[in-house]
Formats: sequence, C-alpha cells, structure tokens
Amino acid sequence: MIAADVAVQRPPDAKLLIVDSQRHIIHVPRTAFVEFLRPNDLVIANDAATLPASLTGVHEQTGKSIEVRLAGRPSLDPMDVSRFSAIVFGEGDFHIRTEDRPLPPLLQSGDTLVLGPLHATVEKVLGHPRLLSLHFTGTADEIWAGLASHGHPIQYSHMQTSLELWDVWTRIAGPPVAFEPPSASFILDWQVLAAIREHKARFATITHAAGISSTGDDDLDRLLPFDEPYRIPETTARAVELTRKLRGRVIAVGTTVVRALEDAATEDGHLRSGEGVAKGRIGPATRLRVVDAILSGTHESGTSHYELLRAFLEDSTLEEATHELIEHGYKTHEFGDSVLIL
Amino acid sequence: MTDFSGLRVAITGGTSGLGLALVRELVSRGARVAFVARTRERVEQVMRDNPGAHGIVGDVSAKHDIYPIAMQITGELGGLDVLINNASELGPTPLRMLSDTECEDLEHVFATNVFGPFRLAKALMGALSASAREGRGAVVLNVFSDAGASAYPGWGAYGSSKAALHQMSRIWHEEHAGEGVRFLSLDPGDMDTPMYHAAIPGADPSTLKRPAQAAHEFLEAIEQALPQMVTD
Repeated sequence: MIAADVAVQRPPDAKLLIVDSQRHIIHVPRTAFVEFLRPNDLVIANDAATLPASLTGVHEQTGKSIEVRLAGRPSLDPMDVSRFSAIVFGEGDFHIRTEDRPLPPLLQSGDTLVLGPLHATVEKVLGHPRLLSLHFTGTADEIWAGLASHGHPIQYSHMQTSLELWDVWTRIAGPPVAFEPPSASFILDWQVLAAIREHKARFATITHAAGISSTGDDDLDRLLPFDEPYRIPETTARAVELTRKLRGRVIAVGTTVVRALEDAATEDGHLRSGEGVAKGRIGPATRLRVVDAILSGTHESGTSHYELLRAFLEDSTLEEATHELIEHGYKTHEFGDSVLIL
Repeated sequence: MTDFSGLRVAITGGTSGLGLALVRELVSRGARVAFVARTRERVEQVMRDNPGAHGIVGDVSAKHDIYPIAMQITGELGGLDVLINNASELGPTPLRMLSDTECEDLEHVFATNVFGPFRLAKALMGALSASAREGRGAVVLNVFSDAGASAYPGWGAYGSSKAALHQMSRIWHEEHAGEGVRFLSLDPGDMDTPMYHAAIPGADPSTLKRPAQAAHEFLEAIEQALPQMVTD
C-alpha cells in the first residue's frame, strides 16, 4: 500500500473499505462512515492524547547522542510518571528508517541519560540492547514540564515533515497517555460525533495507553504490543450493557479499543469498568466477547494490528480485502485510509 | 460554601488579579487546580503559597505553547472538568483611540484574548467532553468585560477582542450542547486589579470590586452550570 506521508487527519479524499456482515466488500468515501451505523449502535474510541514521547539527549557515561522513545508505563496515574519502559536509538533522527538506526551505546543499569531538562537513570536493560526501563528524577510536575518543553511526538521516516503535537492529537484527545497516536480516531471530529447522535447511535470512550506500533527491529517487534494500561469509564460499561439489551453493535474505533474492551470482558460478555492492563495478543484464535465490529486503519500483513483483524474475519476474506486495498490505491500508516469490518 | 473536592480546574493568568483569587479560592475549597502564567518566578511563588496547585509556565498568546500547556493540564490533573480562560491583555497604555492603535498591538491583544482561549479550548475539548460523558459535567468560563458590549472610547483593542471571545463562547455553547460541555461568558465588573489600574491610573480602589469577591461569584456560576458536584 502507499504510505500516507502528509499529516492531514481528515483528508477530503480519504477512502473507506467496508466488509459488511455478508462479507461483501464496498468502497466508499470515508465521510460516509456514519451512514453505515444503525440506531442503537455504540461507537467506542480511545481518547488518549499522545505524549511527546521522543526525547533526544546524551548517554552520560559515553557522551554519545541518543534518542529515547518512551514506550510504556505501569499505570495511568497522573502522578506516576517517573518509571517508563523505553526504546533507545543511537545517533540520527527520523529521516533515517528505524530499521537503519544504529544501536545506542552499551547501556547498563545505573547509567544516566540526560534528556534536555530531564535526567533519567537506566533501571534495567530488558533483554535487548535497545529496550530498557528507566526512572526520571524529579517531581511529577517537573517531569510533565520536562516532557512538554523537550519532548516531540515520535516521528516517522515516511512523513514529509516532522510532526507536532497538534498533528497527532485526535479531536477527542484527553489524558496524555499514548506513545503513538490512536490514529483510527483521526476519522472523528465534532461534526461526526453530532452525526452519530443524529443516527440514534451512541458514542463512548475508553482511555488506553497506545504503545509503539513498530520499532524497526524484528526481535523487538515480535514483543509488540507491550503491556498497555487502560481505563474504562463506568458510563462506557453501562453503554455497552444498554447496547446489548437493544441489540445494537459495539463498534471499536481502532485496535487499542479492542484490546482494552476484550481484556476487561468477562466470560459471559459483560464489561468491567475501571483500570486494567491489556497483556495478551488478539488474533485468529481470540473469541471476541464484547466487540462486534472494528473501524481501523489499513494494516499490512505480518503486523500485530493485522493479526488483530484476523479475530474479526476469516483469512480468505481478509486477504481479499487486502488485495482490494492495494488495487484501489488505499493509503496506509497513521494518516492513511480506513477499513470498517461489520 | 460549596466544597469543590475532586473538581479538576485549569485557570490561565493565575498569578495575579482575578486568576490568583480563583486559584486561592479553588485550592481552599478542595479543587485540583492547574494554573498557567508566563513568569516562572511568579508561578513558583503561587505554588509555594497554595500547596497542591500545579503551576505551568506558558504563554497562551504563543501558538507553540498551547499543546505543551494542554498536555501538562490534562497530564497533571488526569483530565479536566473546568477551564477558565482568564488571561487577558489590555493592549498599550495609556489607552488610545482605535485609529491610533498599531496593528501589531491589536494582533497581540487578539492573540491573548481570542486566539489563546480558542486554541486552548480546542486542544482541551476532548478532555472536557469526556468529563461531560462521564457525568462530571464540563464548563468553559471565558472572562468577559462590559468593554466588549459598550463602545468605550480608548478601549477599542481590548473591547473588540472581548466582544469576539463573547460571541465565540455563545457559538461554542450551542455547538457543544450535545456533548454536555457548557460555555459561560461572564463579566466580573470593575475590579481592583493591576490591569484596571493600568487602564485607569488613579482609580480609587475603594470603588472597585475585590478580586476575591468576583472569584466567589464566578465559582457560584460554575457550580450552577455543573450537573452535580463531583467528588473523587
């Protein structure tokens, strides 16, 4: 597929491939998404805002330049921001593909990373020279201020220009807990939410700390997605119950929503509200308990996102849909086109 | 007085005048407060004087400051229930006729009084609408002025910017009614603040409203606009 290389969240010519419940494939302009909702459907999106998770700096022990990409944290607690898992690159910037980025200098427990105004200590190297847990020095407010002044959104080599926070925050962005944007939600704006209400469908959110989508390193990518904390509001759990009662469909906007909802699902298909940590991978063997349909970006086979789509569709249909995406010139990656599997 | 425990409030221009009075009143009533101001030393002083308040250094008139400010607000508070766009720019003093106002000065007044609140409310609308969906309620209070309604000679830059903000508040209020986010545009009246004395040198403070009184009145209005008081 063609890489979407311009940071426009809602390009006027965005496309949507729909696989309907009869397994027919339909191509429509993405703006028509709402027309495929039915009364009592529930659209659930991830309202995480995206952190400026890319921090450049220096490995104090060697004086070498590094880029730290924050990749995970233990909880969503606003004051619990001293500990993160992170992926570290050596010299260079986003113009170089992550696959080609050099390794960082040899990192060891106790090393210091000076990242602009922030100082971090390497707690542990997590079985790979790029992957570590780190600990920031300072109060939570000082860490937030340091991230705000020095951090940048994680960048992509396929983009024409560097991304600013306003490029990666969705319209519904709330708590800044995602490491990369929950980009399926780029489809949403306030006009679309009003249209969902006009169609007598409902809208709800969860907050999920969407992690890094790809590291460029096959060994690390096999570990993706990392454990991701999430929060499901009580009102969202109640909306799911109501949707079940009224025989509507639960439509997840993005793979992170599926991960959170299915992690919080009980055996009998109810949804627990509150905080949790999504750990498992979702794939063809997963029995979906809460989510009926997914609105997602376009994903290439072999990625964890593609694997998740296999929980919704048998392989032959998914392969046919992928073929159609290529044939019809769909764009992929964060600012690309979309797929709706009903 | 109502206890605001658990209410998450952000205030711009929080180190002097009405903004400082709001910070003090909200902290004393249990709210979780983040405030924004340009000068680091004053932000740190207000944090020392009001333990628990989260101070954020930033300039709402600067486009590149808005998202870092918004991220710190929602990061430190874990969400947002109330945004008070209080930071205001009077323009050059002594006050002058509109035709004697430099375009750049007018632009700066609008950058602080119109584009700043616009950008910040836009960046925080996701957090505010989430609060509304969860039944906590959500309010944006934009500080208005009678200079935005009456044609006072010499108040052209400030008055026209406040008129623009007032009209934006009314439109926002209509457009976001479906999400349950309410917009208030309130005039605190003539207050004994540095800004008022800059505009009217020699004004008799005894004839002016105390900022603490205006803060008290604003919090009553916010309370009425919320569906119910929230507590964590």
